[in-house]
Amino acid sequence: MSLQLAAADWLGFFTHFATLSLLAVGGAVTTAPDMHRYLVGEKLWLTDAQFTSSIALAQAAPGPNVLFVALMGWNVGMNAGGYSYALLGVAVAMLGILLPSTTLTFTLARWGHQNRELRAVRAFKQGMAPIVIALLIATGWILASAHGSKLSNWPLWLLTAITAVIVWRTKTHLLWLLGAGALLGAFGLV
Amino acid sequence: MNRQLNKPHSLTDLFWSFTLLALQGFGGVLAVVQRELVDKKQWLTREQFVEDWAVAQILPGPNVVNLSLMIGDRYFGLRGALVALAGMLVFPTLVVLLLASTFAGVADLPAAQGALRGMGAVSAGLIAATGLKLIPALKKNVMGALVCSALGAITFTAIALLRIPLFWVLLVVGGVACVWAFRQLGRDDR
Repeated sequence: MSLQLAAADWLGFFTHFATLSLLAVGGAVTTAPDMHRYLVGEKLWLTDAQFTSSIALAQAAPGPNVLFVALMGWNVGMNAGGYSYALLGVAVAMLGILLPSTTLTFTLARWGHQNRELRAVRAFKQGMAPIVIALLIATGWILASAHGSKLSNWPLWLLTAITAVIVWRTKTHLLWLLGAGALLGAFGLV
Repeated sequence: MNRQLNKPHSLTDLFWSFTLLALQGFGGVLAVVQRELVDKKQWLTREQFVEDWAVAQILPGPNVVNLSLMIGDRYFGLRGALVALAGMLVFPTLVVLLLASTFAGVADLPAAQGALRGMGAVSAGLIAATGLKLIPALKKNVMGALVCSALGAITFTAIALLRIPLFWVLLVVGGVACVWAFRQLGRDDR
């Protein structure tokens, strides 16, 4: 796949991702459906396979999941003509998705910290605490449900449950657990 | 606050701390952030972590990116925020691009698929355990144990079982919780 991207296209790429940045409540991945519509459906800058593998690879690699956006930029650039474009693509996509949201977070978090004695600020933090804790547990549940609800998938559910108990109750290093999961999976045991 | 907290010695310490956190985070960095910054380095109390996480979660943008920005800002201002952000992103981006350009084909092998599946099951357990470990942070919550448990149960049901979009859950359940906390705080002040 080879593309011709003009400066205006790169600018459009940037502004589209910058708009999504402010809509990404709950993480950048919540805007993935719209990224798909834009990059694969409308602009034809990425193939379906490239889009899906960008998300899968970023989730398998270490680091924040938002790096799937870097991979999308990389792939668009590679399609447009090689490594220098790929680096441009990474910069455009990442700056687009991060600049607006980080600016907003920085400003609001700082305001909240300076006004931490305000009753409204304290109420927000106290009120949200049980909800965000429940959200973490729910996220674990949703990730586990991706195993599928079929009875034959019980080893994966068991692995998730055992991991949760070990992490909750012991100080075992997390990388050992991830390594064990990778080995069990590679040998087809889960 | 009766316990003496630690803090990063320098911007360099901050950068490498976040780099190491990010590089250990397969399938999500949050579990590692909690383990390293709260349990081990003790830069934050469990309560502070939940408060910061609430802000990072509710504002748009990648949650762990928001969180690193806020923690960096607390110790070294804007410079700290940028350094923590760079720590979270620079090396992980290099790693993921390296993986994309060299090992793209490997991800299709059955053993690699299996390893990813196993790691996915483990990271689901990690994130759920992070939530479980934070529950004690609710002990001092102004809303009391009963209301906190009810809010947690409603949030879990809405997100994990009914799959209601996060935005609505935060708006409705979060809104009710904040109003209730606001009321309780007023009662305490009197």
